[in-house]
Amino acid sequence: MRGKAVIAGVGHTIYGKHPGRDRISLIVEACRNALQDAGIEKDMVDGVLVKMANSEPSILYGQKVAEALGLQPRVGASLDQGGAANIALISYAAMAVDAGLMDIALVCYGDTPRTGSRQVYHRPRGDDAVFGWYATAAGYAMIHQAYAQKHACRPEHFGAVAVQCRANGAENPQGHLNKPITLDDYMESPLLIEPLRRDDCCLISDGGAAVVVMSAERAKQLGIANAVPVLGFGQGQESWDVHLRPNLTETSAAASADTAFKMAGLEPGNIDVAQLYDCFTVTVLLTLEDYGLAKRGQAGPMAAQGALALDGSLPLNTSGGLLSESGTPGLQLVIEGVRQMRGDARLQIEGAKTCIVSNQGGSMHTHATMILGNPS
Amino acid sequence: MSFPAPETNDLNRPYWDGLAAGELRHQHCSNCGNNWLPAREACPRCLATDPVWQPASGRGRIVSWVVYHKAYHNAFADRVPYDVSLVELDEGPRLLTNIVDSDAGRALSIGALVELKIEREGDLTLARFRLVSDEGTA
Ligand SMILES: [Zn+2]
Repeated sequence: MRGKAVIAGVGHTIYGKHPGRDRISLIVEACRNALQDAGIEKDMVDGVLVKMANSEPSILYGQKVAEALGLQPRVGASLDQGGAANIALISYAAMAVDAGLMDIALVCYGDTPRTGSRQVYHRPRGDDAVFGWYATAAGYAMIHQAYAQKHACRPEHFGAVAVQCRANGAENPQGHLNKPITLDDYMESPLLIEPLRRDDCCLISDGGAAVVVMSAERAKQLGIANAVPVLGFGQGQESWDVHLRPNLTETSAAASADTAFKMAGLEPGNIDVAQLYDCFTVTVLLTLEDYGLAKRGQAGPMAAQGALALDGSLPLNTSGGLLSESGTPGLQLVIEGVRQMRGDARLQIEGAKTCIVSNQGGSMHTHATMILGNPS
Repeated sequence: MSFPAPETNDLNRPYWDGLAAGELRHQHCSNCGNNWLPAREACPRCLATDPVWQPASGRGRIVSWVVYHKAYHNAFADRVPYDVSLVELDEGPRLLTNIVDSDAGRALSIGALVELKIEREGDLTLARFRLVSDEGTA
């Protein structure tokens, strides 16, 4: 599948707070922007793939969104995979286009947990609530603890990720949080579910995002010059309960990346820029190691030594990631990856030829990877 | 504010009845020897049905833990900071629990030995654990 599909356009809303607006309105706004970016008409779209809204899962959601877009597409669906769903949907779109099921797809997402309900992120976790086991963050705290203990990883190692993402996000006026932090700020931020500090945790944001997927051939035919080729993609899944996983410090992100690298015919050393799902700082460190971008136990020191900075060996989350641009799950990372490959990112990495994007969902339950290349 | 209650059903009732009777039970597969929690109708390793319930020794080790500094439910508001710990039993099953003498997590470490300490919590009987000294380790 290497290079067969392209992302021909990207669009999103302002990220942050959208009081009084519903999530489907945000999706429609993002899709309108993505279609305009691609320079195509709405009625050319015959696929609508939507990530399930975290804050309000609902049945036949893909069809509900298609209705608001005024479309009766050939292919329509919503996917429940938490934050991995966006890249997963782009890969399904790529394959469905290749198989002839559809021609042009919108992959989209929108939600309003910031001004609506964020209860989903604070909910009791099954029968273990009797022990006080609540909130999405708790699973990550359990993983953070195991990882930090195993590799003698210091708080400064996690802090380096937060400081870098917040610095990049500070340059992004469309992002949710434009406030850089110092390592001291990080160290002083309050403990929520120890070992997680407040600044280890991503934002909760309202917002919508969308991308247009079609074949490279179709993009060429339509004269879309800056369509970004999808070089590779993959997925990996964990079990439901964090505590039932045999290993807390390695994840199926490794399988996801391995599949994507093989499809792309690339190796970790070939990656120029990374947009890694930073719902929590430990997620970035684990992903770097699972992807083979860092040796086991070395992602923390790598971050602390500046490798993830804009002038480092692997610039990270150049628009701010979930820690600063938007807590919305995943598509903002894809969009920034597309911009880096087109060369029109706000904090452009000069000469970047490849970008890896990670999505993951739940408490590292689901993993999806995508590798993007320069427009040909 | 009411304490959260587990959902009991025919499948997991032997677990809760076991605790009320003073023992921690896990499921065991007679076909492949697998031991696990929580309750399932079929063995998650070989998919054989009709697992049996067996009492656990009550001994295990800490795999990881967290300490809540914020209560996400009012029932825990006067307990913060409190630990939630992941314990692997000697027989293999993993479970979440509280370590009663954890000193808000400060006494905990990965690999630390623990033993069962069944406690009443209102109408519930819960499998909590306490730290044991290392006299058993070689
Ligand atoms: Zn079995």
